[in-house]
Order: sequence, then structure tokens, then C-alpha cells
Amino acid sequence: MKTYDKLIFELSKPGRKGFELPADNYATDGLSAIPSDLLRETPAELPEVSELDVVRHFTNLSNKNFGVDTGFYPLGSCTMKYNPKINEELAALPEFTSLHPLQDEKSAQGALELYWNLQNMLANLSGLAEFTLNPYAGAHGELTGLMVMRQYHMSRCDLKRTKVIVPNSAHGTNPASAMVAGLEVVEVKSKPNGSIDVEDLKPLLDDTIAGIMMTNPNTLGMFETEILEIARLVHEAGGLLYYDGANLNPLLGKVRPGDMGFDIMHINLHKTFSTPHGGGGPGSGPVGVASHLVKYLPNPHVKKDAEGKFHVEYGDDSLGNISTFLGNFGVMMKAYAYILTLGKENIRNVGPLATLNANYIKENLKDDYLLPIEGVCKHEFVFDGLKDKSTGVTTLNVAKRLLDYGFHAPTIYFPLLFHESMMIEPTETESKETLDEFIEVMHKVAKEAKENPQAVIDAPLTTIVRKLDETGAAKNPVLNYRALKNKEA
Amino acid sequence: MSKILDDLRYAESHEWVKVDGDIATVGISDYAQHALGNIVYVDMPEVGDEVSQGEDFGAVESVKAASDLLSPVSGEVVEINEALEDEPELLNQDAYANWIMKVKMSDPSEIDNLLDGAAYAKLCEE
Repeated sequence: MKTYDKLIFELSKPGRKGFELPADNYATDGLSAIPSDLLRETPAELPEVSELDVVRHFTNLSNKNFGVDTGFYPLGSCTMKYNPKINEELAALPEFTSLHPLQDEKSAQGALELYWNLQNMLANLSGLAEFTLNPYAGAHGELTGLMVMRQYHMSRCDLKRTKVIVPNSAHGTNPASAMVAGLEVVEVKSKPNGSIDVEDLKPLLDDTIAGIMMTNPNTLGMFETEILEIARLVHEAGGLLYYDGANLNPLLGKVRPGDMGFDIMHINLHKTFSTPHGGGGPGSGPVGVASHLVKYLPNPHVKKDAEGKFHVEYGDDSLGNISTFLGNFGVMMKAYAYILTLGKENIRNVGPLATLNANYIKENLKDDYLLPIEGVCKHEFVFDGLKDKSTGVTTLNVAKRLLDYGFHAPTIYFPLLFHESMMIEPTETESKETLDEFIEVMHKVAKEAKENPQAVIDAPLTTIVRKLDETGAAKNPVLNYRALKNKEA
Repeated sequence: MSKILDDLRYAESHEWVKVDGDIATVGISDYAQHALGNIVYVDMPEVGDEVSQGEDFGAVESVKAASDLLSPVSGEVVEINEALEDEPELLNQDAYANWIMKVKMSDPSEIDNLLDGAAYAKLCEE
């Protein structure tokens, strides 16, 4: 692959243009209307480039990307499913893209109806009463959900409840969100299979507990079979149950968090509902709650009146605003398109197919890779590195070697329950042929590790950049162009 | 295999202690540095801080993870290893030669709660 690492500023030539304005003086006339003290004293430093320069520059940059559109992306806990292009087409409709958030609600009825319909669909799929679509992403949803939890206890003058129980296998965002929400984190231990140790949980449940944060399936991809008992215990102690939607994909259309006893949850539209994420686009983290918590949801809300008209409303009991206006609307449109495209029947196949694909890979690779938890997993599973530890080849080496074979690496060194974690999530959108190809390459890497370990340790060999100095990058990061030039000088 | 020194005592959370009178020198074990991988930052306490047995007194960050440091003894911090501020990788090079803090112990009998080399070696094997 051709190496291209220029900034567009490096292509700039004084006087070069990609456009021509009409000869009359519209552009300069406008400037005279602006008070002189508000005008720039020096010209803006913009690149001067031709249209061809711009097209080549961004095409070359985009060729450096690896995405779901270019190859298999088994990044565990991220649900990198295919993002159907019909989603993009609908989200690009000018009737929606040219709306302004401050325009009169009478003239934005279609957009408000979409918001209303989507929140109802999410409520139906999760067994909760109502959703807000306002949070911008998953961790923002967690924060919003925990603020609902806090608001609930405060409104009942139950001010002692300041602690949130988080399993030691949880995603790092859980304790972080609890801290940001002003709550104290209490850790509950997991059993070897990653599920919550109910005996360890019981003594923690007193009148200072605001609630518990959980995922189901848990971080190791195993279904939390004691969830009903956990829900009973937490509720009896006066706490609420928060469901982290990171692992919702295998349950979609089959099992509902609300039915398991959860009171609050967030959904990552950018995972479960096929909207782009990572470098590909902004996220969206809708938060759903049980009926007794609806009034605490953030402002503004979309409501439907008796005549079928939609309104943007602000409630007095609400925890307040957590976003400007109604969140990342474009992402909602894509998720809405996804749900409507699949329909009620097909959406029931998402979870089972994601589960089947993960188990297919797991069973085919467990001869070469160490599977610490036996049994049927859900949408993802964790290996603890190569089975044969004598070769000196680590999980990091295997991950880098996969890049040489054209696959994105799985999530590595998470969860922290094992030293050599390798977390694989294929999602439902991959064909058996792609899974077989991945399995074959993983076997090949395991064989290389035995026969020629140095080749795996030295990987990647064919990528644009070879193995990066991670310690150096963490200790002396070069984060912008000026720093790079200073370093080179 | 990880190196374990028999003349040190160890906490289950992988810190080591060397006792000299009422001064305890504290670091992390070879097993810990190996499990963490390349260490890029050590968050240390300040001289004069009070630390308690089993409570955190700082953190180690590696390219893989950040991990709390739990103090194996209680008392007052009398010295920290300033060399780790610029060269945290010293912990990877030799986890026993490069200590993190020295504590004037308020209760030296707490040492009895810690593991000896043999017991710690057993813990690491599990």
C-alpha cells in the first residue's frame, strides 16, 4: 500500500484556488457591514489548494482506514456490525438535514414523530416504560441513567444512598460514570465465570446503596443466570438496577432487560442498532426507565397530544438538560431506518445469529487458544492467549500478526480477569465464509508461534507502519503537527 | 517464572515490603510488573502523607492498564523514589531494586498479616 502522510497545509501554494466567485463584489461588500473591530487583523491560515488536490488528499487518507466496510472487525465489546447504506440515505434526506433545532415545533412534526416512534420502539424492545434519546453516547447515557437514580432517591429524601455497586469485571466506564455522577463506587467480586457472586453481594446491600450497575451477558459473554435473584435482593434493599447496554446485541428481540428487573438502562445505538462508530461517526446513548422513574428523565421530552400532534416539553421533576436540544438526531434516523428495515420478525434473529457466530469461532479455535470459561457464550467470548505458553508469543503479538492477514485485531488485555485476554465478537452480519477465513488465519498464527515464534513477535510486517513504540507514545506523545516538526528539528 | 525474594514480605495485592527497624520500604513485585507490562507512569504519594494497610497510596499505569497501589503497612510516608517520576520503566527493569516509598510504621505488628516468600510464590502460581 502507498504511504501517504501529508497534511493538507503541506500541499498549499499561494494563490491556488478550487473555486471562482463571480466578478461582482458580493463577497467584499458583506465585510463592510461588520464593525471593523470585529474583523481579523491577519488573514486566516487556510490551505490554498485545487479541487484535485483536495480530492486526492482525502481519498488517500481514507485509503489508510480500516473499517467494517473494508474487512472483518472482531473487536470484542464493541459490536462492529455492518452499517447498512440505506441508513445513510435516509439520514441524508434534506427534509431532515436542513431542520434547525430552534424552528417552530409545528414545522418539525415529522422529526418529532420520528423521535417519538423510535423511543417507543426502544421501550418495546427493552421492556421499559419510556426512553430519552438525548444522550450523545454510551458513557453519557450511563451518566444520565445514574443521575436519574440519584434524582429518584433525592426526591424521596433518601439522602443516605450514595453508593453504587459495580462488578470488578465491569467496563471501565461504569465506575467512571458513577464517580462523575457524584456517587461512590463499591466493588462486588465476580465468580470465575465472570458472573456476580451473590454471596459477596448480600453483605453490601444496606440503606446506603443507590443501586447496582450490571451488564447481561457479563463481560465474559456469559448470561447472568442469577439475575432474577440479584434483582430481588437489590430491590428489597431499596436500590435500583442499572443495565449497561454494551452487551445488548445477543438479547435483541429475545430477552428484555425490563423483564429481568432492571429499572434503568442505556442502549448504544452505534452498537446494537447498526449506526457507525469509532472513527466513523458520532454515537447515541438513549436511556430508558421503568414507569416510576419517567418524570426524572432529562429535558426536553417529546410528547404526543390527544390530537396526534407532537410537542417538545420541559418537566419540573426532570434532572435537567444533559444535551443541547434532542441529542444526535442523525444517529437516531439511522437506527430508526435499521429497525424498520429489519422489522419485528427479523430483529428476533439478530441475537441468535450473533450468538451462533461467536460460539462457532470459539469452538473451532479452543484447541489452539486457551478458553478459561467453558460453555455456551452469548455474542462474544474471551481467550486467555495461546494455549501453548512456552513459545513466548503473547496476545499482543497475535493481535499484530492478524493485521498482516488483513483482519482487525480483537480487543486485547480486557477484561483484566486474565493476563492475556483476547476478546472476540464477530456480530451477526458476517458470513460463514468470513468466519472460516478468520478461523483459518488464527490457526495459522498459532502454528507460526510454535514453528517460528520470532516471525509473530516481529509482526506486523506488511502494514504501513511496523510495531509502534507504545511506551514512548504514552510517555512522550506527539499530538499535533507543531510537536512533530519540533521533534524532527 | 517471576522472581521472588525470600527476605521480603508480600501483600496479596502484589506489593513487597522490606523492614528495617520501624522503616518499611515498599515496592511492587516482579510478578506485578510482568503482569502490568510496560509501565509508563507511577502516581506516588507525597512525603508526610498518612497511609493505611490495605488502602491505596498511589497507582501504576502501564500500556495495558492502570492499577491501584495498596499500602502493605500503616504509617507516615518519609521518602519517595523520585527517580520513578522520570523513569517509571525502572520498575520493569528491576522491581526489587527500585522501591516506591518508605514508610515510618505506626504499627510494625501489621507485618505479621503479610505473606512470606513461599506463601507469595504459591499465590502467584494459582
